[in-house]
Amino acid sequence: MTPAKYIHVVAAALLFWLMPFAAVAEGLVVDQKFKGDKEIVVSFSAPVDQAVAENPANYTVFEEPDPDIKLEVASAVLAAGGKSVTLSFKDKLNTAMTHVVVAKGLAGIEKTTFTVSKSYLGYLFGILISALLINNFVFTKYLGLCVFFGTSKKKSTAKGMGVVFTLVMVVSALMSWVFYNFILIPFNLNFLQIVVFIGLVSLTVQAIDTILRKVNPVLFNSFGVYLVLVIANCVIIAVPLILANNNYNVFETFMLALGAGGGFLLALYLMSSVSERMQLANIPPSFKGLPIAFIVAGQFAMAFLGFSGLQLF
Amino acid sequence: MANDKTSMQLIARGILAENPIFKLALSMCPAVGISTTVMNGFMLGVAVLFVQVFSSMTISIFKNVIHPRIRIPTYTLTIATWVTVIDLVLAAYLPDAYAKMGIFVKIIVAFAIITMRLEMFACKETVKDSFWDALGMGLGFMVGMMVIGFVRELLGSGAVMGYDVLGFKPLLFFILPSAGFFVVGLMMGFFNWIELYYKRKKGVK
Repeated sequence: MTPAKYIHVVAAALLFWLMPFAAVAEGLVVDQKFKGDKEIVVSFSAPVDQAVAENPANYTVFEEPDPDIKLEVASAVLAAGGKSVTLSFKDKLNTAMTHVVVAKGLAGIEKTTFTVSKSYLGYLFGILISALLINNFVFTKYLGLCVFFGTSKKKSTAKGMGVVFTLVMVVSALMSWVFYNFILIPFNLNFLQIVVFIGLVSLTVQAIDTILRKVNPVLFNSFGVYLVLVIANCVIIAVPLILANNNYNVFETFMLALGAGGGFLLALYLMSSVSERMQLANIPPSFKGLPIAFIVAGQFAMAFLGFSGLQLF
Repeated sequence: MANDKTSMQLIARGILAENPIFKLALSMCPAVGISTTVMNGFMLGVAVLFVQVFSSMTISIFKNVIHPRIRIPTYTLTIATWVTVIDLVLAAYLPDAYAKMGIFVKIIVAFAIITMRLEMFACKETVKDSFWDALGMGLGFMVGMMVIGFVRELLGSGAVMGYDVLGFKPLLFFILPSAGFFVVGLMMGFFNWIELYYKRKKGVK
Protein backbone atom coordinates (compact mmCIF):
# COMPACT_ATOMS: atom_id res chain seq x y z
CA MET A 1 0.00 0.00 0.00
CA THR A 2 1.34 3.44 -0.88
CA PRO A 3 1.58 6.12 1.76
CA ALA A 4 -1.16 8.17 0.05
CA LYS A 5 -3.66 5.34 0.44
CA TYR A 6 -2.58 4.99 4.05
CA ILE A 7 -3.70 8.52 4.80
CA HIS A 8 -7.25 7.77 3.65
CA VAL A 9 -7.48 4.71 5.84
CA VAL A 10 -6.11 6.57 8.85
CA ALA A 11 -8.44 9.51 8.28
CA ALA A 12 -11.46 7.23 8.01
CA ALA A 13 -10.47 5.36 11.17
CA LEU A 14 -9.93 8.64 12.98
CA LEU A 15 -13.32 9.90 11.86
CA PHE A 16 -15.07 6.80 13.13
CA TRP A 17 -13.21 7.02 16.38
CA LEU A 18 -14.05 10.68 16.90
CA MET A 19 -17.70 10.43 15.90
CA PRO A 20 -19.09 9.60 19.34
CA PHE A 21 -17.36 12.66 20.79
CA ALA A 22 -18.77 14.92 18.10
CA ALA A 23 -22.25 13.52 18.64
CA VAL A 24 -22.12 14.29 22.35
CA ALA A 25 -20.94 17.83 21.78
CA GLU A 26 -23.89 18.59 19.49
CA GLY A 27 -26.52 17.86 22.16
CA LEU A 28 -27.95 20.14 24.77
CA VAL A 29 -25.45 19.21 27.47
CA VAL A 30 -21.99 20.56 26.71
CA ASP A 31 -20.07 19.71 29.84
CA GLN A 32 -20.67 17.90 33.11
CA LYS A 33 -18.35 17.42 36.05
CA PHE A 34 -18.13 16.85 39.79
CA LYS A 35 -17.50 19.86 41.98
CA GLY A 36 -16.23 18.86 45.40
CA ASP A 37 -17.88 15.66 46.60
CA LYS A 38 -21.45 16.94 46.95
CA GLU A 39 -22.16 18.81 43.72
CA ILE A 40 -22.44 18.20 39.98
CA VAL A 41 -22.12 21.11 37.55
CA VAL A 42 -23.80 20.82 34.16
CA SER A 43 -23.30 23.31 31.31
CA PHE A 44 -25.76 23.69 28.39
CA SER A 45 -25.27 24.84 24.83
CA ALA A 46 -28.26 27.22 25.07
CA PRO A 47 -30.06 28.98 27.96
CA VAL A 48 -32.73 26.80 29.62
CA ASP A 49 -35.98 27.68 31.34
CA GLN A 50 -35.37 28.65 34.95
CA ALA A 51 -38.55 27.16 36.44
CA VAL A 52 -37.82 23.75 34.95
CA ALA A 53 -34.09 23.74 35.60
CA GLU A 54 -34.37 24.78 39.25
CA ASN A 55 -36.92 22.12 40.24
CA PRO A 56 -34.99 19.26 41.98
CA ALA A 57 -37.84 16.84 41.22
CA ASN A 58 -36.93 17.04 37.52
CA TYR A 59 -33.60 15.29 38.09
CA THR A 60 -32.98 11.60 38.70
CA VAL A 61 -29.43 10.69 39.64
CA PHE A 62 -27.98 7.26 40.35
CA GLU A 63 -24.67 5.40 40.27
CA GLU A 64 -24.27 3.43 37.07
CA PRO A 65 -24.10 -0.09 38.64
CA ASP A 66 -27.21 0.40 40.83
CA PRO A 67 -30.02 2.19 38.95
CA ASP A 68 -32.45 1.38 41.78
CA ILE A 69 -30.71 3.51 44.40
CA LYS A 70 -31.69 7.07 43.56
CA LEU A 71 -29.53 9.82 45.00
CA GLU A 72 -31.50 12.73 46.46
CA VAL A 73 -30.97 16.14 44.85
CA ALA A 74 -31.24 18.78 47.57
CA SER A 75 -31.27 21.83 45.31
CA ALA A 76 -30.64 22.87 41.74
CA VAL A 77 -29.37 26.39 41.10
CA LEU A 78 -29.23 27.98 37.67
CA ALA A 79 -26.28 30.28 37.07
CA ALA A 80 -26.76 33.76 35.61
CA GLY A 81 -27.34 33.54 31.84
CA GLY A 82 -29.17 30.22 32.27
CA LYS A 83 -26.40 28.18 30.69
CA SER A 84 -25.23 26.08 33.64
CA VAL A 85 -26.94 24.44 36.59
CA THR A 86 -25.41 23.23 39.87
CA LEU A 87 -27.00 20.17 41.46
CA SER A 88 -26.34 19.84 45.20
CA PHE A 89 -26.82 16.51 46.96
CA LYS A 90 -27.81 15.70 50.51
CA ASP A 91 -25.16 12.98 50.94
CA LYS A 92 -21.60 12.78 49.79
CA LEU A 93 -21.15 11.31 46.32
CA ASN A 94 -18.73 8.50 45.64
CA THR A 95 -16.91 10.37 42.91
CA ALA A 96 -14.96 7.29 41.87
CA MET A 97 -18.17 5.87 40.37
CA THR A 98 -19.84 6.91 37.13
CA HIS A 99 -23.10 8.73 37.85
CA VAL A 100 -26.05 8.81 35.46
CA VAL A 101 -28.24 11.95 35.45
CA VAL A 102 -31.69 11.98 33.84
CA ALA A 103 -33.25 15.45 33.47
CA LYS A 104 -36.92 15.93 32.55
CA GLY A 105 -38.28 18.76 30.39
CA LEU A 106 -35.07 20.74 29.88
CA ALA A 107 -35.36 23.05 26.84
CA GLY A 108 -38.53 21.27 25.76
CA ILE A 109 -36.81 17.86 25.45
CA GLU A 110 -38.71 15.27 27.44
CA LYS A 111 -35.73 13.32 28.75
CA THR A 112 -32.05 14.23 28.68
CA THR A 113 -29.67 11.50 29.89
CA PHE A 114 -25.97 11.94 30.44
CA THR A 115 -23.26 10.44 32.58
CA VAL A 116 -20.84 12.16 34.93
CA SER A 117 -17.51 10.59 35.73
CA LYS A 118 -14.02 11.57 36.64
CA SER A 119 -11.48 11.17 33.92
CA TYR A 120 -10.42 7.52 33.93
CA LEU A 121 -6.71 8.34 33.89
CA GLY A 122 -7.22 10.51 36.94
CA TYR A 123 -8.99 7.63 38.65
CA LEU A 124 -6.13 5.24 37.82
CA PHE A 125 -3.60 7.75 39.05
CA GLY A 126 -5.69 8.03 42.20
CA ILE A 127 -5.27 4.29 42.82
CA LEU A 128 -1.51 4.63 42.37
CA ILE A 129 -1.23 7.56 44.78
CA SER A 130 -3.50 5.82 47.24
CA ALA A 131 -1.37 2.66 47.34
CA LEU A 132 1.83 4.72 47.38
CA LEU A 133 1.07 7.27 50.09
CA ILE A 134 -2.42 7.30 51.59
CA ASN A 135 -2.65 3.56 52.17
CA ASN A 136 1.07 2.87 52.19
CA PHE A 137 1.34 -0.88 52.77
CA VAL A 138 4.03 -0.60 55.41
CA PHE A 139 3.04 2.48 57.38
CA THR A 140 -0.75 2.42 57.28
CA LYS A 141 -1.62 -1.22 56.51
CA TYR A 142 1.20 -2.75 58.59
CA LEU A 143 2.12 -5.42 56.05
CA GLY A 144 5.53 -6.75 55.09
CA LEU A 145 7.14 -5.74 58.35
CA CYS A 146 9.53 -8.71 58.69
CA VAL A 147 11.31 -7.90 55.45
CA PHE A 148 10.94 -4.19 56.09
CA PHE A 149 12.91 -4.32 59.34
CA GLY A 150 15.30 -6.92 57.98
CA THR A 151 16.46 -5.03 54.90
CA SER A 152 16.31 -1.38 55.95
CA LYS A 153 19.78 -1.18 57.47
CA LYS A 154 21.64 0.19 54.44
CA LYS A 155 20.49 2.46 51.63
CA SER A 156 21.94 0.28 48.86
CA THR A 157 20.17 -2.83 50.20
CA ALA A 158 16.94 -0.89 50.53
CA LYS A 159 17.07 0.29 46.93
CA GLY A 160 17.86 -3.17 45.55
CA MET A 161 15.14 -4.82 47.59
CA GLY A 162 12.58 -2.17 46.64
CA VAL A 163 13.25 -2.44 42.91
CA VAL A 164 13.19 -6.25 42.86
CA PHE A 165 10.08 -6.19 44.97
CA THR A 166 8.23 -3.80 42.65
CA LEU A 167 9.15 -5.93 39.64
CA VAL A 168 7.94 -9.17 41.22
CA MET A 169 4.85 -7.43 42.52
CA VAL A 170 3.75 -6.13 39.10
CA VAL A 171 4.37 -9.44 37.31
CA SER A 172 2.70 -11.60 39.94
CA ALA A 173 -0.27 -9.27 40.36
CA LEU A 174 -0.97 -9.30 36.62
CA MET A 175 -0.66 -13.09 36.52
CA SER A 176 -2.97 -13.40 39.51
CA TRP A 177 -5.46 -11.15 37.76
CA VAL A 178 -5.47 -13.39 34.69
CA PHE A 179 -5.87 -16.54 36.81
CA TYR A 180 -8.55 -15.00 38.98
CA ASN A 181 -10.69 -13.70 36.12
CA PHE A 182 -10.28 -16.50 33.59
CA ILE A 183 -9.94 -19.60 35.78
CA LEU A 184 -11.11 -19.06 39.34
CA ILE A 185 -14.31 -17.14 38.58
CA PRO A 186 -15.57 -19.12 35.54
CA PHE A 187 -15.05 -22.46 37.29
CA ASN A 188 -16.37 -21.23 40.63
CA LEU A 189 -13.10 -21.97 42.43
CA ASN A 190 -13.01 -18.84 44.53
CA PHE A 191 -12.18 -20.76 47.70
CA LEU A 192 -8.82 -21.75 46.19
CA GLN A 193 -7.68 -18.09 46.10
CA ILE A 194 -4.98 -18.41 48.74
CA VAL A 195 -3.47 -21.61 47.36
CA VAL A 196 -3.41 -20.33 43.78
CA PHE A 197 -2.05 -16.88 44.60
CA ILE A 198 0.78 -18.10 46.83
CA GLY A 199 1.69 -20.66 44.17
CA LEU A 200 1.78 -17.98 41.49
CA VAL A 201 3.96 -15.73 43.60
CA SER A 202 6.50 -18.50 44.25
CA LEU A 203 6.42 -19.35 40.55
CA THR A 204 7.06 -15.74 39.53
CA VAL A 205 9.98 -15.42 41.90
CA GLN A 206 11.47 -18.67 40.63
CA ALA A 207 10.95 -17.64 36.99
CA ILE A 208 12.51 -14.20 37.48
CA ASP A 209 15.42 -15.84 39.27
CA THR A 210 16.08 -18.24 36.37
CA ILE A 211 15.57 -15.66 33.60
CA LEU A 212 17.70 -13.01 35.28
CA ARG A 213 20.49 -15.52 35.87
CA LYS A 214 20.69 -16.31 32.15
CA VAL A 215 19.86 -12.94 30.59
CA ASN A 216 21.63 -10.46 32.79
CA PRO A 217 24.15 -12.05 35.20
CA VAL A 218 25.45 -8.63 36.33
CA LEU A 219 22.01 -7.55 37.48
CA PHE A 220 21.47 -10.95 39.03
CA ASN A 221 24.62 -10.65 41.11
CA SER A 222 23.45 -7.40 42.64
CA PHE A 223 19.74 -8.18 43.04
CA GLY A 224 19.54 -11.98 43.18
CA VAL A 225 19.92 -12.26 46.94
CA TYR A 226 16.76 -10.25 47.55
CA LEU A 227 14.58 -12.48 45.40
CA VAL A 228 14.36 -15.21 48.02
CA LEU A 229 13.27 -12.69 50.64
CA VAL A 230 10.37 -11.55 48.47
CA ILE A 231 8.43 -14.78 49.01
CA ALA A 232 8.42 -14.27 52.76
CA ASN A 233 6.71 -10.91 52.38
CA CYS A 234 3.05 -10.47 53.23
CA VAL A 235 2.53 -7.55 50.81
CA ILE A 236 3.13 -9.76 47.82
CA ILE A 237 0.20 -12.00 48.72
CA ALA A 238 -1.93 -9.09 49.98
CA VAL A 239 -2.07 -7.38 46.58
CA PRO A 240 -3.71 -10.31 44.70
CA LEU A 241 -6.17 -10.74 47.56
CA ILE A 242 -7.10 -7.05 47.46
CA LEU A 243 -7.57 -7.02 43.70
CA ALA A 244 -9.76 -10.11 43.90
CA ASN A 245 -11.78 -8.49 46.68
CA ASN A 246 -12.37 -5.25 44.75
CA ASN A 247 -12.88 -6.79 41.30
CA TYR A 248 -10.23 -4.55 39.78
CA ASN A 249 -9.70 -4.58 36.03
CA VAL A 250 -6.27 -5.05 34.50
CA PHE A 251 -5.27 -1.35 34.49
CA GLU A 252 -6.36 -0.89 38.09
CA THR A 253 -4.42 -4.02 39.03
CA PHE A 254 -1.29 -2.68 37.36
CA MET A 255 -1.59 0.64 39.17
CA LEU A 256 -2.24 -1.03 42.53
CA ALA A 257 0.79 -3.30 42.14
CA LEU A 258 2.98 -0.41 41.03
CA GLY A 259 1.79 1.72 43.94
CA ALA A 260 2.30 -1.07 46.46
CA GLY A 261 5.82 -1.79 45.19
CA GLY A 262 6.70 1.89 44.98
CA GLY A 263 5.31 2.47 48.45
CA PHE A 264 7.46 -0.34 49.81
CA LEU A 265 10.52 1.11 48.07
CA LEU A 266 9.74 4.53 49.53
CA ALA A 267 9.27 3.12 53.03
CA LEU A 268 12.49 1.10 52.83
CA TYR A 269 14.48 4.08 51.56
CA LEU A 270 13.16 6.44 54.25
CA MET A 271 13.81 3.88 56.97
CA SER A 272 17.32 3.04 55.76
CA SER A 273 18.26 6.72 55.66
CA VAL A 274 17.31 7.02 59.31
CA SER A 275 19.01 3.73 60.18
CA GLU A 276 22.31 4.95 58.76
CA ARG A 277 22.09 8.07 60.91
CA MET A 278 21.13 6.04 63.97
CA GLN A 279 24.33 4.07 63.84
CA LEU A 280 26.13 7.23 64.91
CA ALA A 281 23.64 8.08 67.64
CA ASN A 282 23.96 7.14 71.28
CA ILE A 283 21.00 4.81 71.91
CA PRO A 284 20.27 3.20 75.31
CA PRO A 285 21.57 -0.40 75.19
CA SER A 286 18.16 -1.98 75.80
CA PHE A 287 16.70 -0.12 72.80
CA LYS A 288 19.47 -1.00 70.31
CA GLY A 289 18.41 -2.81 67.17
CA LEU A 290 14.75 -3.63 66.69
CA PRO A 291 13.08 -1.61 69.48
CA ILE A 292 14.37 1.74 68.23
CA ALA A 293 13.58 0.73 64.64
CA PHE A 294 9.98 0.13 65.69
CA ILE A 295 9.72 3.51 67.33
CA VAL A 296 11.13 5.25 64.25
CA ALA A 297 8.64 3.34 62.10
CA GLY A 298 5.88 4.52 64.42
CA GLN A 299 6.91 8.11 63.83
CA PHE A 300 6.86 7.53 60.07
CA ALA A 301 3.41 5.97 60.41
CA MET A 302 2.19 9.10 62.18
CA ALA A 303 3.68 11.28 59.48
CA PHE A 304 1.95 9.20 56.81
CA LEU A 305 -1.37 9.78 58.56
CA GLY A 306 -1.04 13.30 57.19
CA PHE A 307 -1.63 11.95 53.68
CA SER A 308 -5.09 10.64 54.53
CA GLY A 309 -7.77 12.57 52.71
CA LEU A 310 -5.36 13.62 50.00
CA GLN A 311 -7.26 13.95 46.72
CA LEU A 312 -5.54 15.08 43.57
CA PHE A 313 -8.33 14.62 41.03
CA MET B 1 18.79 -35.94 64.84
CA ALA B 2 16.68 -37.06 67.73
CA ASN B 3 14.90 -34.59 69.89
CA ASP B 4 15.85 -34.83 73.57
CA LYS B 5 13.30 -32.43 75.03
CA THR B 6 10.08 -33.40 76.76
CA SER B 7 6.75 -32.08 75.60
CA MET B 8 6.59 -29.50 78.39
CA GLN B 9 10.07 -28.22 77.57
CA LEU B 10 9.07 -27.83 73.92
CA ILE B 11 6.01 -25.78 74.86
CA ALA B 12 7.95 -23.64 77.33
CA ARG B 13 10.60 -22.96 74.69
CA GLY B 14 7.95 -21.67 72.28
CA ILE B 15 6.37 -19.37 74.84
CA LEU B 16 9.47 -18.03 76.60
CA ALA B 17 12.95 -18.70 75.23
CA GLU B 18 11.99 -18.52 71.55
CA ASN B 19 8.84 -16.43 71.65
CA PRO B 20 8.01 -15.72 67.98
CA ILE B 21 7.08 -12.08 68.54
CA PHE B 22 9.45 -10.78 71.21
CA LYS B 23 12.48 -13.03 70.78
CA LEU B 24 12.55 -14.16 67.16
CA ALA B 25 10.85 -10.96 65.90
CA LEU B 26 9.00 -12.85 63.20
CA SER B 27 5.42 -12.31 62.03
CA MET B 28 5.35 -8.73 63.23
CA CYS B 29 2.62 -7.51 60.87
CA PRO B 30 -0.41 -8.60 62.94
CA ALA B 31 1.38 -7.70 66.18
CA VAL B 32 1.36 -4.11 65.00
CA GLY B 33 -1.75 -4.09 62.85
CA ILE B 34 -4.64 -5.59 64.79
CA SER B 35 -3.43 -5.97 68.38
CA THR B 36 -5.72 -3.21 69.67
CA THR B 37 -7.65 -5.54 72.02
CA VAL B 38 -6.96 -8.80 73.86
CA MET B 39 -9.79 -10.46 71.97
CA ASN B 40 -8.34 -9.64 68.54
CA GLY B 41 -4.98 -11.01 69.62
CA PHE B 42 -6.61 -14.18 70.94
CA MET B 43 -8.61 -14.79 67.75
CA LEU B 44 -5.63 -14.43 65.44
CA GLY B 45 -3.57 -16.45 67.89
CA VAL B 46 -6.06 -19.32 67.62
CA ALA B 47 -5.93 -19.15 63.83
CA VAL B 48 -2.11 -19.24 63.79
CA LEU B 49 -2.05 -22.04 66.39
CA PHE B 50 -4.40 -24.11 64.24
CA VAL B 51 -2.38 -23.59 61.06
CA GLN B 52 0.94 -24.19 62.83
CA VAL B 53 -0.14 -27.42 64.53
CA PHE B 54 -1.83 -28.95 61.50
CA SER B 55 0.85 -28.03 58.94
CA SER B 56 3.60 -29.25 61.28
CA MET B 57 1.84 -32.58 61.72
CA THR B 58 1.11 -32.92 58.00
CA ILE B 59 4.73 -32.31 57.07
CA SER B 60 5.94 -34.60 59.85
CA ILE B 61 3.73 -37.43 58.62
CA PHE B 62 4.89 -37.09 55.02
CA LYS B 63 8.52 -36.17 55.73
CA ASN B 64 9.88 -39.38 54.18
CA VAL B 65 8.12 -38.98 50.83
CA ILE B 66 8.90 -35.28 50.23
CA HIS B 67 11.88 -34.84 47.97
CA PRO B 68 14.32 -32.33 49.54
CA ARG B 69 14.49 -30.24 46.38
CA ILE B 70 10.78 -29.43 46.37
CA ARG B 71 10.36 -29.16 50.11
CA ILE B 72 9.79 -25.36 50.25
CA PRO B 73 6.94 -25.36 47.66
CA THR B 74 5.44 -28.32 49.52
CA TYR B 75 5.51 -26.40 52.78
CA THR B 76 3.94 -23.36 51.15
CA LEU B 77 1.09 -25.36 49.64
CA THR B 78 0.47 -27.26 52.88
CA ILE B 79 0.26 -24.02 54.83
CA ALA B 80 -1.96 -22.45 52.17
CA THR B 81 -4.37 -25.38 52.41
CA TRP B 82 -4.72 -25.12 56.19
CA VAL B 83 -5.04 -21.33 56.00
CA THR B 84 -7.89 -21.78 53.52
CA VAL B 85 -9.57 -24.14 55.98
CA ILE B 86 -9.36 -21.75 58.95
CA ASP B 87 -10.27 -18.79 56.71
CA LEU B 88 -13.50 -20.45 55.55
CA VAL B 89 -14.35 -21.72 59.05
CA LEU B 90 -13.90 -18.28 60.63
CA ALA B 91 -15.85 -16.58 57.84
CA ALA B 92 -18.73 -19.01 58.32
CA TYR B 93 -18.96 -19.26 62.12
CA LEU B 94 -17.45 -16.03 63.49
CA PRO B 95 -18.21 -13.38 60.86
CA ASP B 96 -17.84 -10.45 63.29
CA ALA B 97 -14.37 -11.40 64.48
CA TYR B 98 -13.42 -12.30 60.91
CA ALA B 99 -14.44 -8.84 59.67
CA LYS B 100 -12.24 -7.22 62.32
CA MET B 101 -9.19 -9.27 61.38
CA GLY B 102 -9.71 -8.49 57.73
CA ILE B 103 -6.95 -9.56 55.44
CA PHE B 104 -4.66 -10.77 58.24
CA VAL B 105 -6.18 -14.27 58.39
CA LYS B 106 -5.28 -14.86 54.75
CA ILE B 107 -1.87 -13.30 55.32
CA ILE B 108 -1.00 -16.13 57.74
CA VAL B 109 0.11 -18.00 54.63
CA ALA B 110 3.15 -15.71 54.35
CA PHE B 111 4.13 -15.84 58.03
CA ALA B 112 7.80 -16.68 58.31
CA ILE B 113 7.36 -18.36 61.69
CA ILE B 114 5.30 -21.26 60.31
CA THR B 115 7.62 -22.06 57.42
CA MET B 116 10.58 -21.77 59.76
CA ARG B 117 9.19 -24.35 62.18
CA LEU B 118 8.48 -26.77 59.32
CA GLU B 119 11.99 -26.36 57.96
CA MET B 120 13.80 -26.53 61.29
CA PHE B 121 11.73 -29.01 63.24
CA ALA B 122 8.82 -30.83 61.62
CA CYS B 123 10.73 -32.23 58.65
CA LYS B 124 13.16 -34.11 60.94
CA GLU B 125 11.21 -35.10 64.05
CA THR B 126 8.40 -37.49 64.93
CA VAL B 127 4.75 -36.51 64.64
CA LYS B 128 4.36 -36.33 68.42
CA ASP B 129 7.31 -34.01 68.97
CA SER B 130 6.26 -31.84 66.02
CA PHE B 131 2.84 -31.49 67.59
CA TRP B 132 4.27 -30.24 70.90
CA ASP B 133 6.73 -27.93 69.17
CA ALA B 134 3.99 -26.44 66.99
CA LEU B 135 1.73 -26.08 70.04
CA GLY B 136 4.49 -24.21 71.87
CA MET B 137 5.19 -21.88 68.96
CA GLY B 138 1.50 -21.23 68.35
CA LEU B 139 0.88 -20.55 72.02
CA GLY B 140 3.94 -18.29 72.11
CA PHE B 141 2.51 -16.26 69.25
CA MET B 142 -0.91 -16.17 70.92
CA VAL B 143 0.53 -15.07 74.27
CA GLY B 144 2.62 -12.39 72.57
CA MET B 145 -0.39 -11.04 70.69
CA MET B 146 -2.51 -11.08 73.84
CA VAL B 147 0.14 -9.29 75.91
CA ILE B 148 0.41 -6.51 73.34
CA GLY B 149 -3.38 -6.41 73.09
CA PHE B 150 -3.67 -6.26 76.89
CA VAL B 151 -1.28 -3.31 77.17
CA ARG B 152 -2.92 -1.42 74.34
CA GLU B 153 -6.45 -2.07 75.53
CA LEU B 154 -5.72 -1.28 79.18
CA LEU B 155 -3.79 1.92 78.53
CA GLY B 156 -5.72 2.98 75.45
CA SER B 157 -9.32 2.47 76.48
CA GLY B 158 -9.05 1.50 80.16
CA ALA B 159 -10.62 -1.89 79.57
CA VAL B 160 -9.72 -5.59 79.55
CA MET B 161 -11.56 -8.00 77.26
CA GLY B 162 -14.14 -5.28 76.62
CA TYR B 163 -14.91 -4.70 80.33
CA ASP B 164 -14.14 -1.26 81.70
CA VAL B 165 -11.76 -1.75 84.63
CA LEU B 166 -9.96 1.56 85.09
CA GLY B 167 -12.87 3.90 84.50
CA PHE B 168 -10.68 6.38 82.63
CA LYS B 169 -8.45 6.34 79.58
CA PRO B 170 -4.81 6.85 80.56
CA LEU B 171 -3.27 7.00 77.07
CA LEU B 172 -5.83 7.24 74.33
CA PHE B 173 -2.94 7.37 71.87
CA PHE B 174 -2.24 3.64 72.36
CA ILE B 175 -5.47 2.57 70.69
CA LEU B 176 -4.68 4.48 67.47
CA PRO B 177 -3.45 2.27 64.63
CA SER B 178 -0.03 3.87 64.24
CA ALA B 179 0.70 3.44 67.97
CA GLY B 180 1.18 -0.29 67.32
CA PHE B 181 4.79 0.39 66.32
CA PHE B 182 5.43 2.38 69.49
CA VAL B 183 3.87 -0.20 71.80
CA VAL B 184 5.81 -3.11 70.28
CA GLY B 185 9.04 -1.08 70.28
CA LEU B 186 8.65 0.04 73.88
CA MET B 187 7.73 -3.46 75.07
CA MET B 188 10.72 -5.02 73.29
CA GLY B 189 12.92 -2.37 74.89
CA PHE B 190 11.39 -3.11 78.27
CA PHE B 191 12.03 -6.87 77.99
CA ASN B 192 15.59 -6.21 76.85
CA TRP B 193 16.07 -3.94 79.85
CA ILE B 194 14.90 -6.66 82.27
CA GLU B 195 17.24 -9.16 80.63
CA LEU B 196 20.20 -6.77 80.82
CA TYR B 197 19.36 -5.94 84.43
CA TYR B 198 19.48 -9.59 85.50
CA LYS B 199 22.65 -10.26 83.53
CA ARG B 200 24.36 -7.34 85.20
CA LYS B 201 23.22 -8.57 88.63
CA LYS B 202 24.66 -12.01 87.91
CA GLY B 203 27.90 -10.46 86.71
CA VAL B 204 28.31 -8.51 89.95
CA LYS B 205 27.87 -11.64 92.03
